[in-house]
Amino acid sequence: MKAHTFVVTVEDLPGVLNRISSLFRRRGFNIESLTVGHTERPGVSRMTFVVLTDQAGAERFAAHLYKLVNVISVQDITAHPAVFRELAMIKVTAPQERRPEIVHLVEVFRARIVDLAPDSLTIEITGNEDKIDGLVDVLRPYGLIEMARTGRLAMTRASRSQAAAVTRPTGDSHDPQVSYSV
Amino acid sequence: MSSSFGQQPPATPVKRTGAQILWECLVREGVTTIFGYPGGAILPAYDAMLDYPIRHVLVRHEQGATHMADGYARASGKVGVAIATSGPGATNMVTGIATAMMDSVPIVCITGQVGSKLIGSDAFQETDITGVTLPITKHNYLVTRAQDVAAAVREAFHIAKSGRPGPVLIDITKDAQQSSCDFDWEAAAPRPHARPEIVINSASIARALELINSAERPVILAGHGIMVSNAETVVRQFAERAEIPVAMTLLGLGGVPASHPLNLGMMGMHGEAWVNTAIQEADLLLAFGMRFDDRVTGNLKTYAPNARKVHIDIDPAEIGKNVKVDVGIVGDLRDVLENLLPGVAGGKRTAWLRHIDELKGDSAVRDIQNLPDDGHLYAAHVIHDIWRATEGRAIVVTDVGQHQMWEAQYYHHDQPRTLITSGGLGTMGFALPAAIGAKFAQPDSEVWVVAGDGGFQMTMPELATIAQEKLDIKVAIINNGYLGMVRQWQEFFYERRYAATPLLSPDFTKIADAYGLAATAVSRRPEVGPAIEAARRLKSTAIIEFRVEQEDTVYPMVPAGADLHAMIRRPSPLVETAEDA
Repeated sequence: MKAHTFVVTVEDLPGVLNRISSLFRRRGFNIESLTVGHTERPGVSRMTFVVLTDQAGAERFAAHLYKLVNVISVQDITAHPAVFRELAMIKVTAPQERRPEIVHLVEVFRARIVDLAPDSLTIEITGNEDKIDGLVDVLRPYGLIEMARTGRLAMTRASRSQAAAVTRPTGDSHDPQVSYSV
Repeated sequence: MSSSFGQQPPATPVKRTGAQILWECLVREGVTTIFGYPGGAILPAYDAMLDYPIRHVLVRHEQGATHMADGYARASGKVGVAIATSGPGATNMVTGIATAMMDSVPIVCITGQVGSKLIGSDAFQETDITGVTLPITKHNYLVTRAQDVAAAVREAFHIAKSGRPGPVLIDITKDAQQSSCDFDWEAAAPRPHARPEIVINSASIARALELINSAERPVILAGHGIMVSNAETVVRQFAERAEIPVAMTLLGLGGVPASHPLNLGMMGMHGEAWVNTAIQEADLLLAFGMRFDDRVTGNLKTYAPNARKVHIDIDPAEIGKNVKVDVGIVGDLRDVLENLLPGVAGGKRTAWLRHIDELKGDSAVRDIQNLPDDGHLYAAHVIHDIWRATEGRAIVVTDVGQHQMWEAQYYHHDQPRTLITSGGLGTMGFALPAAIGAKFAQPDSEVWVVAGDGGFQMTMPELATIAQEKLDIKVAIINNGYLGMVRQWQEFFYERRYAATPLLSPDFTKIADAYGLAATAVSRRPEVGPAIEAARRLKSTAIIEFRVEQEDTVYPMVPAGADLHAMIRRPSPLVETAEDA
């Protein structure tokens, strides 16, 4: 079992997210993270999933996704060079006397302070999950009031992005995944 | 109303209501018969229907409509269509839709929906049927505008019958049926999907051939995919060239003639002992359009432990789902086999075939067919006699339970699409309505219902549909006074504590009489043949209630989850005699 990252493009229609989440539930897949948003193409949404499963489960997951009529493409980018990003907003207790320490931590993590109240700060950070976890760990002793994280966004690196490996459901684990553009 | 339906579409778009567009599209898709029940939210569609060349069959319950569409589809290979109103009409379809989903049957269900402005308001007879049927349809649509009707219908038919077939539901709001728009058939053509085409992998073909040509003890596992891809001929050629015996799934029966010397018979929970033993001893399993259902494999950990496995299926999600395979080939079965066939070496597997024949051992002695008449009437006798009388040429539609397994064992199907049964979902109540659908699909064929007293009572009101449509269907009710298969499980696994399985039935002959249908009851073996012949001579529906042995058991049986070779065999007559003495 490991975390597989899928990039899935779907038609931007009512109910599509419901169809996909229903598939997860019905087939017993465990979603670690799910993000949805627009793409460069009108009418096409992009979803990024992180799913805990083994290789055979990942292939079956892709095959199940392709059975949904509104799914356009499925990529398992787990084994491909890619950029991962997540955004988090963290509201932390910050009395006057401890603010300099917190501001210093924020600088070290290249985060930003986006709101300031008499006894709290709200920090925005973008990065991979490890970096965000790191900031959360060092902020925790000050008192976390509230946190919101977007979940993972992923994009394969530039040289491959135009013809990234689309997971083709051959049903044959011996078959190397075939690359072609959608 | 236009008289141009079914002809070339007019050059310029014409104004039509959504309801008219629905029927225009159905007629153009080749639909001639639909099964349904009217109601408020589908009334505009029903009103428009009268102007189109469609035969509407009024059912007595919407579940019946879906099973009829299902039986129609299975008997013909075409798409079956059912129609109902919103709310309860739609929810009554759920069981039939799930049945079609599990058995990969192409049906399109059309439901009315409350007006689009009322959706979400808990209006009268409003149900979120697209939400309800989401996991039991290949796809579904909520259509809220007349201009979206044509595209939804055309795409629904395409989806229902392409790839792995299955049910599609179209929910159409009342205002979408009533309002008008331009109708343009061409513009509503199904969209090409960006998904990857399935390409048969040549490396997999080569690896499969290596395994096939070097196997000494291969077995073909033949499933429903044979019928779905019309692969009957190529499967037989393949088996004959390589001299490989064929074991059948329940839904595969008829895909290879039962009388073919390489056909071993049905595998799995109620398969014959030699079939399951051959699978367990095999060194290669070739799965053709089947999905390794738990009723077929038994305990997966001990399933065919020495066999390499080649799995051919149109659905990539099936490959490796239950059984780890050595080679998976995704594709239409007939295409894949036509790719494989030239590379298959002519085989002589005489030793393996002789060994399987020896596995039969004393099976024939134990077979109820070969026991002397002991004064009891057994279901197996009844089904054997129906098979003999119809010369194996009838379309038999079964319900679910003991009689279903006896049918699979004792009615030998030589033709595809002559056994229609709910395999995956195991839907009691399926037989009677599905037989009505099958009769509409194949009006010149003799159609038999084989049902138990339990399942028959679930959809018995469809007898009225038979009467109203003046159909000629022969009905065999195998009445043992119990929910027999459940009772059998209680006998084996619950210390004969018969919780809620003794079943009171009405006098079925009087029921038939009330519907104006011919009926008789039989309780002795010598009466069976004459009753069947009398029913067959009638040009109308006849019902025979066979009052059979009450506590009879389907053998052999592999208990659920047990090893496939650990079957409970038929008792030996010698042992039984000793016990009696």
